[in-house]
Amino acid sequence: MDPARKRKIRLAVALGVALFLAAALVYTSFSASTEASKPSQIEPGRSYELTGRVVNGSISRDGEELRFRIRDRDGTASVPVAYTGAVPDPFREGREVIVSGELKDGTFQAERDSLVTKCPSKFTKDEQSS
Amino acid sequence: MAGVGSACLVVGLLAAIYAGGASVYGARSGRREWVDSGRRAIYCLGALMIAAFAILEAAFLRSDFSFALVAQGSSTETPGFYKVTAMWATQDGSLLLWATLLALFSSAVLFLTRRSLREIAPYATAVLGGVAAFFLLLMVGWENPFATLATPPAEGAGLNPLLRHPAMMIHPPMLYTGYVGFSIPFAFAVGALITRRTGADWIRATRRFALVAWTFLGTGIMLGALWSYTELGWGGYWAWDPVENASLMPWLVGTAFIHSIMVQEKRGMLKVWNVSLICATYALALVGTFLVRSGILESIHAFGASTIGVQFLVFIALVVALSAGLILLRLPDLRSEARLDSLLSREAFFLLNNLVLVALALVILWGTFFPLISEALTGREASVGPPWFNRLTTPLALVLVLLAGIGPVLAWRRVTPRSLLRVLRVPVLVTAASLVALLALTDAGESVPSLVMFCFVAFVLAVVAQEFWRGASARRVIGGESWPRALVRLTGRNRRRYGGYLVHAGIAILFLGVAASSAFVEQRDVRLSPGDTIRVGDYAVTYREATAKLGGDSAGTGAPVALGAVLDVRKGDETFTLRPSRNYYSSADPSLGAISRFFEGEATSEVDVRWGLRRDLWLAVRPDLASLEGPLREADRRFADSPGNVQALVIAALAERYRSEPPPASFRAIVSPLVVWIWIGGAIAVLGALVAGWPSPEARLRRVRSLYAARVGQELSRA
Repeated sequence: MDPARKRKIRLAVALGVALFLAAALVYTSFSASTEASKPSQIEPGRSYELTGRVVNGSISRDGEELRFRIRDRDGTASVPVAYTGAVPDPFREGREVIVSGELKDGTFQAERDSLVTKCPSKFTKDEQSS
Repeated sequence: MAGVGSACLVVGLLAAIYAGGASVYGARSGRREWVDSGRRAIYCLGALMIAAFAILEAAFLRSDFSFALVAQGSSTETPGFYKVTAMWATQDGSLLLWATLLALFSSAVLFLTRRSLREIAPYATAVLGGVAAFFLLLMVGWENPFATLATPPAEGAGLNPLLRHPAMMIHPPMLYTGYVGFSIPFAFAVGALITRRTGADWIRATRRFALVAWTFLGTGIMLGALWSYTELGWGGYWAWDPVENASLMPWLVGTAFIHSIMVQEKRGMLKVWNVSLICATYALALVGTFLVRSGILESIHAFGASTIGVQFLVFIALVVALSAGLILLRLPDLRSEARLDSLLSREAFFLLNNLVLVALALVILWGTFFPLISEALTGREASVGPPWFNRLTTPLALVLVLLAGIGPVLAWRRVTPRSLLRVLRVPVLVTAASLVALLALTDAGESVPSLVMFCFVAFVLAVVAQEFWRGASARRVIGGESWPRALVRLTGRNRRRYGGYLVHAGIAILFLGVAASSAFVEQRDVRLSPGDTIRVGDYAVTYREATAKLGGDSAGTGAPVALGAVLDVRKGDETFTLRPSRNYYSSADPSLGAISRFFEGEATSEVDVRWGLRRDLWLAVRPDLASLEGPLREADRRFADSPGNVQALVIAALAERYRSEPPPASFRAIVSPLVVWIWIGGAIAVLGALVAGWPSPEARLRRVRSLYAARVGQELSRA
């Protein structure tokens, strides 16, 4: 086989592989993704990444389970959350949190260890770190 | 003093702009004195930035709250070490650190190249001056670190407790040194493109800077992982958080760059690829800084919307557009001097390793920005989690480790399959033996990706050991040297090569730790009362008693209250005690009561880890303060207006109450096998990089000779 032809074949194979990998990347990311939603937006039967503020006075503990309500950042709609697992250090009433899970029987059943807390207002302006 | 600091920034801005203008004018008109003047303006910038840095640092040490930044990020209660480092916990302070490091690096490289690279250096000066001008403009225009307060508060807000960790304080400067270091090869690459001097000269002049940047960035990433493991209280070292990813991406592309420039040095190939890689590395380093600063993606790092996100975005777009345009314009000058002779050659495998590294970076880039991509394409903000990242990066990491083993034994140009088989015979046997041993003696077979990784790690280590053995035994035969002497000499004479092998071994060991600890970790979250025992792994963990400490927590972070636990651990005949605790920092929130603000403000886990070469036992405690709620409310009512020392007594009484009548507390216990090898491997890799980058006596001799020759030439031309 002459070298020019060989190079063309190589290029085609490489482009094909790259295209295939790119398609796999796009496909897997869209199928594995979870949507970020506010309490006023969620419906039962789908998994969400719920974001909002922890309602004041709503935190209680029932054995292993942590219960609290999350409300819209700029609204009053709220949903009760049942959560187990690690609670991040900055978790408090009134803080903005993100938690994954799905709505079942009116309660947002959170996945284990999925709770993320955004940083407190005292340090909002100039927080660096890593 | 704040006025002097601001003035330093303004004069620095002018110096940076002048440096760029003067050196370009000098290069175009052929008037060397202008080029020299531009270079000296960069030295001057370096001095100004050191002065500005020193002024701000002094303000932090004096707790001078008339500096707005000091009032926000420090307090008189902040321990001394953290006062020094609080500067880069603030946005404006970290911009100043960036600019200072950039000015110092630029001065160093321009000083080292003052007699060489006469064509390229002026344009590199202009690029470095331009980047410095951008950062100074940000500070002068929007985020002045020397902003003052008309009425200084009596006490500052204090450093975020989460950042009070030794690793966290060294980690940002390390990352910044890495990010900034890559601007040196970037600037010289741009200079090489502008002047069409696209040979390997710019690479030789800046290779070491790329290596230093790579080392610092890698060290920074590892320290960040250590901080996550020992401070964040969740027990992991990597979470695919956007900002973690942002530091990993330039490191990966930078790794590709320091491999592929060897191909250009040796064979004159991959020129387009190399300039593209360094431009991409630099753009990603800027993206890293931008992600931390802008708060555009949800992350524990992106704490708040920043005021300089737009400026950063414009600057990144400008860097990407200009470098892409320049590369396209210069494509005819970037033709390869040679063709790939064989797919079985070192250059072919370097190319393959580059493709894998870039693919890794692309996967991470896609996943990190997926929320934005998804919102743009579908209108819904969705994100991908760690499982997605793990699934896509695991196969790529496996290929990468395998290549790290094959690459070193391949020769340039071509290798015959037979000679390759001969060199790989022992490593392959070692790999097969480890596979058998792992399956027979351990339960590593439960996780196939980890098992494959273990085998590949054994392969890399065998290859590296064999290379050292072959080199050293040759020296023994020829020079009759003893084994240790032969090894040291071998490495000392061929630093780049054997330093590189050490890096490969270190990275392989790091992956050993990652594979073992991610697949075979055991974790339990439980609530225990004193006297209760749980089993985790082979350990029996008993909650003996609660502790309460006022002032002077064990880690010296200045927490007023620390509540914790003492746990007795037994494994066979071995017994030891772990003391995890939780630090409570007082809150300035006026809605909280005078006493409860000491318990309901910030709190951080001080985990206790029993480090071990085989496995770690990691324990964190979260005391339940529900039982203190009633007494706290009452104390708030009764002691709201009491003097400070009375309040202190009340707080002490409450803490003592927790200690003597402890309610059940939540614990997280983790047994993580081989996790410490992540940092041991990382340290070996850093050591290897130091060996590879350290100037060797021969190189110094060569440089002195060439300088001498240049001087003789100069004298002759004058005569």
